[in-house]
Amino acid sequence: MTENNVVVDTRTEHKEGKLLTIENLQVWFELRRFGFGNAGYVKAVDGVNFDLHYGEAIAVVGESGCGKSSLMKTILGLNIPTRGEVTFDGTKISGMGTKGLKWYRSQVGYVQQDPFGALAPFMTVERILEEPLIINGVKSKTERLRRIHKTMEEVKMFPVDDFLNKFPHMLSGGQQQRVVIARAMIMEPKIIVADEPVSMLDASVRVEILKLMRGLQETHNLAMIFITHDLSTVRFFSERIFVMYAGKMVEKSPVDELLDDPRHPYTLALLAASPEPDAANAHTYKEVPPGEPPSLVTPPPGCRFHPRCPHVIKGLCDEKEPPEFLTGPEHYTACWLFQSEQA
Amino acid sequence: MSKTDSKLLRIEDLRLWFRTSKGPVKAVDDVSFELGYKEAVVVLGESGCGKSSLAKAILRLLPRNIDSYSGKVYLADQELMGLGEEEFRQNVRWVKMSLVPQAAMNSLNPVLKVGDQVAEPMMVHMGADKASALEAAKKMFAHVGVPQDFVNRYAFELSGGMRQRVAIAMSLVTTPLLVVLDEPTSALDVLTQANIMNVLKRIKKEFEVSFILITHDISTSSELADRVAVMYAGQIVETSDADRFFKAPLHPYSQKLMASVPRLHGDQEPEFIVGQPPSLLALPTGCRFAERCPYRFERCVEDPPVIKKDDRQVRCWLHV
Repeated sequence: MTENNVVVDTRTEHKEGKLLTIENLQVWFELRRFGFGNAGYVKAVDGVNFDLHYGEAIAVVGESGCGKSSLMKTILGLNIPTRGEVTFDGTKISGMGTKGLKWYRSQVGYVQQDPFGALAPFMTVERILEEPLIINGVKSKTERLRRIHKTMEEVKMFPVDDFLNKFPHMLSGGQQQRVVIARAMIMEPKIIVADEPVSMLDASVRVEILKLMRGLQETHNLAMIFITHDLSTVRFFSERIFVMYAGKMVEKSPVDELLDDPRHPYTLALLAASPEPDAANAHTYKEVPPGEPPSLVTPPPGCRFHPRCPHVIKGLCDEKEPPEFLTGPEHYTACWLFQSEQA
Repeated sequence: MSKTDSKLLRIEDLRLWFRTSKGPVKAVDDVSFELGYKEAVVVLGESGCGKSSLAKAILRLLPRNIDSYSGKVYLADQELMGLGEEEFRQNVRWVKMSLVPQAAMNSLNPVLKVGDQVAEPMMVHMGADKASALEAAKKMFAHVGVPQDFVNRYAFELSGGMRQRVAIAMSLVTTPLLVVLDEPTSALDVLTQANIMNVLKRIKKEFEVSFILITHDISTSSELADRVAVMYAGQIVETSDADRFFKAPLHPYSQKLMASVPRLHGDQEPEFIVGQPPSLLALPTGCRFAERCPYRFERCVEDPPVIKKDDRQVRCWLHV
């Protein structure tokens, strides 16, 4: 059997430049008292800026509760931004209207964290992959099947016909995640947003799935956004890393630059806590900043990391919010320690 | 057999097969290993390799569909498999060994105060009255780094890391000799994970306790391991001291597993293992890893023996 049933790529134009722009994005969720009175806001995303280029892979790294999922849902068009703007390919999504938003959602694929939870247990693989096509108005059954076959081949599920009639529980974790990726790919999107795509999988399969995603990224000039808390895995599969803490991006940098020369104290703490397989670990304690991430309802004034920071500057860090300082090539750090490097 | 030795736990040919309509699932298939006092052994393996079943088999927390459950388990020179269920429950479980179950932080009772939950084993198993049990719970909270006034809180008022600490406190409150930890850090953030591992390290120093740490996370496991046992398709394929294991594992599966770990430093891109583990319903004859093994040769169709090298053991024809 030949594996290269030549797949014609219809989107050979490898565009460059900005695909997605996020400006001063804030996503706040209102808290209610007794069902109607305002009791403050959960400031899940509070002033985030970044650009995503065509065909680029980025990773947003942060702990649970830092707002990375809210950011992701806003990019997917599921949350409405409180303030700020998301611009896709030159068009603001706030002005798109219902139809435009539906089109936009077909341009952004979503790979969920838990593949088993993300696939409806009563649907066959064929039905799961057909659904987005039906919703987006692909009327001809043969056309739908053709696209399902093409996408299944792209996620390397051979022979395709053996899988189409299976239900999710009949597949292994890795195969389920391939189906999730196929579903995200089937509308031929320009961006894939992947929320911890491999955290539920075994170590031996993780790399296989990530390499598959990188292959898709290269052949389709896809932009990828990885949402994760695992720095050591994404470093091989993304070009830039954004570190997020309590609703803000504290450090943005190309991957190698970040690993060679991390600047923000929070990034340093994350790197120090990331485990490596080494028997010597058993004899030392890890250094972990004290305390826990702050409440997003009443975040601390000034830098949000200052209550846990070992390098806190009294009278500055706890009062004024640090802007982003350029601390290296394309390397931005929101920390007062690097104030002098700016000049 | 009642030879006295310095080992806390000795498991010989432990077997736990589950009955299904398609035949027996050989989840734990004649597993043997030893564990010393104040020692931590890590059981590494992928999902479905039988590592959680091994924990259940040791603690005798069995489901109903048992096909076969046999072997010998010696804990502090006492044979456990011969004990009756009631005797095991009263004198062994939670008195001599306890469990931090998988997803422990989500297994706390939502309608009971966490302090009462930690105190409960003291009352049930050690016959303590409520006041002294709560006192013991408070003491244990201090050891695992939970503020003492948290005894009056409910699980939903605590963060994930704090709930995990509470679960660990619950397993330690009766001061058992052995604690089995099933994936204690897999759902936690990097910083919380590091915190929990620090707590476990400190407890290992301060208490007379041994750990069996069941995990698929090789990097985190190195934080606690004195010894490592690698499990594949219901069998232990390698046991080794941690030092030599993390430097150079012997079994091809362990080597491949090691190569799949992404490193923060260095340019070595992680690899994956081609293929899937065999079904525990229809295991191949011979070496169970042979199908995926890059070093496979003719002899691998025969069941490999357990080869002893110094203090290490490996189930592979390459090392004969």
